Amino acid sequence: MSYLITKKRKIADDEFDIWIKAPLIASSAGPGQFVVIRSHDGAERIPLTIADSNSETGEIRIIYQVVGTSTQKLSKVECGEYIMNVAGPLGKPSEMCSQKKVIVIGGGVGIAAILPIVKALHRLENHVVTILGAKNKDYIILREELDEYSDELIITTNDGSEGFKGFVTDILSNKLENGFEVDCAWAVGPTVMMKAVSVIAGINVFPVWTSLNPIMIDGTGMCGGCRVKVDGEVKFACVDGPEFDGRFVDWDNLTQRQRQYGDEEKESYHKCNLDGY
Amino acid sequence: MISNIPPKKTRMNERPAEIRAKDFFEVTLGYDHEEAVREAQRCLQCPKPKCVEGCPVGIDIPGFIKMIKDDDLKSSAEILKKYNKLPAICGRVCPQENQCEGVCVLGKVKDYEPVAIGRLERFVADWERGSPLEEKGGIKLNGFKVAIIGSGPAGITCAAELATQGFEVTIFEALHAPGGVLVYGIPEFRLPKSIVNHEIRKVQDLGVTVKMDTIIGKTIKMETLIDEYDAVFIGIGAGTPKFMGIDGTDLNGVFSSSEILTRINLMKSYEFPETDTPIKKSRNVVVVGGGNVAMDAARCALRIGAESVKIIYRRTAEELPARHEEYLHACEEGVEFLWLSNPVEYIGDEKGNLKYIKIQRMQLGEPDSSGRRRPVPVEGDMPVIEADCVIEAIGQTPNRVLLDEFPQLELNKWGNIKVNEDTLETSVKNVFAGGDIVTGAATVIEAMGAGKKAAASIAARIFENSR
Repeated sequence: MSYLITKKRKIADDEFDIWIKAPLIASSAGPGQFVVIRSHDGAERIPLTIADSNSETGEIRIIYQVVGTSTQKLSKVECGEYIMNVAGPLGKPSEMCSQKKVIVIGGGVGIAAILPIVKALHRLENHVVTILGAKNKDYIILREELDEYSDELIITTNDGSEGFKGFVTDILSNKLENGFEVDCAWAVGPTVMMKAVSVIAGINVFPVWTSLNPIMIDGTGMCGGCRVKVDGEVKFACVDGPEFDGRFVDWDNLTQRQRQYGDEEKESYHKCNLDGY
Repeated sequence: MISNIPPKKTRMNERPAEIRAKDFFEVTLGYDHEEAVREAQRCLQCPKPKCVEGCPVGIDIPGFIKMIKDDDLKSSAEILKKYNKLPAICGRVCPQENQCEGVCVLGKVKDYEPVAIGRLERFVADWERGSPLEEKGGIKLNGFKVAIIGSGPAGITCAAELATQGFEVTIFEALHAPGGVLVYGIPEFRLPKSIVNHEIRKVQDLGVTVKMDTIIGKTIKMETLIDEYDAVFIGIGAGTPKFMGIDGTDLNGVFSSSEILTRINLMKSYEFPETDTPIKKSRNVVVVGGGNVAMDAARCALRIGAESVKIIYRRTAEELPARHEEYLHACEEGVEFLWLSNPVEYIGDEKGNLKYIKIQRMQLGEPDSSGRRRPVPVEGDMPVIEADCVIEAIGQTPNRVLLDEFPQLELNKWGNIKVNEDTLETSVKNVFAGGDIVTGAATVIEAMGAGKKAAASIAARIFENSR
């Protein structure tokens, strides 16, 4: 099999925005779902969230950050070239609500994952407050698109180069203190961010959907590598998730399991760079 | 006269244990022509052969063996192919001791071993791969379309049977490579992937289309297949790994056999970092379970470079469900066995990495419903052993992806798909199922048997529908 990259744009120093021709996936993808991509023979299978899809043109959109060997190699595939495998849409779609007050938080490259969620929430007539956080202004992506579907868009950066200086949790706490009665929330981004938002949601008693990103291989429930602990139970992020109410997620266990192949990842990335990728 | 027959099977050459335990090349080397003929001469050519009854697909075993003896390998291959589309695979992975060879009349004679039917099957199939039978001319399509979900042994067999009869067959495979358990489960050293690929190519040569990256229920809805095809066969396999669920299961270093085998076999992580998918290099590996999968996982761990590999099994060698040959190979290669033992807790260090396993020692009590003596704990006998990796190979439950998306399918109490036993039709009309998703984890040949049986029912049903 092979899949054509139809558009490619570098949107930050190490972040790429690509569209891939995959008509079957484009026509069935829902917010919150992901694909497993294997860019070439010998490559890993890596899960990436679907940022957008167009069933008319048969394309799906993936926004990713280069973090290791697989994403580095993927980043070398140009517009008009092909990648070997794209399987999906995987995981359960986000559990949507309508006519509610919703806060959606995206951190770093996780901002890409909240785009389809914000779009769907907007379509279902929710009042959507979107909070974006990143290390600096260069990593605040998809600003215009998210603004279009949000009732309010708030930006924070760690260095204050755009919007408020600080963290998304500062904005969230502030919003709640000022009497915003949130019905439910989404938070997608680095594990530490999702954990911090979940703590606030726990104290203030509202559900917060977080998209978990443990190590995965097949993405179809076959290997059990992506198992996470939620409310004391073992769940497979690939088929039971990837979204779980963050209030019940064992975040420390997730962090510990994400580090499992740290040494091997370094070794592989080193070789990847030596090989000239 | 039986006294002229050597009591033991003709030896099949194997690569030396100390060498093969360090690589992934095939362990057994197969018979050469002379050895095969010698072994074929041991067959009694029983007028009422028991072996045929012992074979899940009813191969004419005395028939193909006679042709080896007569030095007519072409006819021998033709006989095999009539019953079994994947003889090179079955000759290698079937548990012959529980099937054909287990009931072989010669093997019932005191001090005699049965005929090495599996080795002979492999010999003929390997010969045929080198000198392919002439294919019949182009198959005339009959205008009917069948969708097959899963490209494992059940799906491939069903597809081949139907394609030969003129059906237009499409196989949908979720992963990036076809073959199902033959590719992600069984290691290269036991079943070289070149053989699996060869068999798949032959099925494709029959006109079968294989679509990868297609998860039915997700990429394409089940309803769409039912609308667009005259019949659907579900052969999606056993699916999702079970965990013992004991304390410490969430530690780093605790794996399912499915994960380890998928990394190694499907993702070729034994070539890491040449390939991109890593595998943990562990020193002290413990595998839990006593089936073929446990043997495979243990032998893979050795080959990855573990210093010590132990299999812990709650019963004894006598009850071990693995193929006898796999057990022997594992022993020769240096896998240790801890019998009558069951893990009760995984203990980690401060970083969450597995360090020790607490084991409950068992003894055999009264026979249970399976007729095997039930292991019962020996009170207070709970040693702790060191391990930085534990691989649980304790079985699987049905994969829920398709079942959840298509709840119309009636399931049995174990969550497997319920079928009419005679036709393999499910509760949904024109939808058939077979293999592990129906029976729970079983063998390659049983899945093939189901694929073959389903093909016959599917053909009959489609012709009936079209009248």
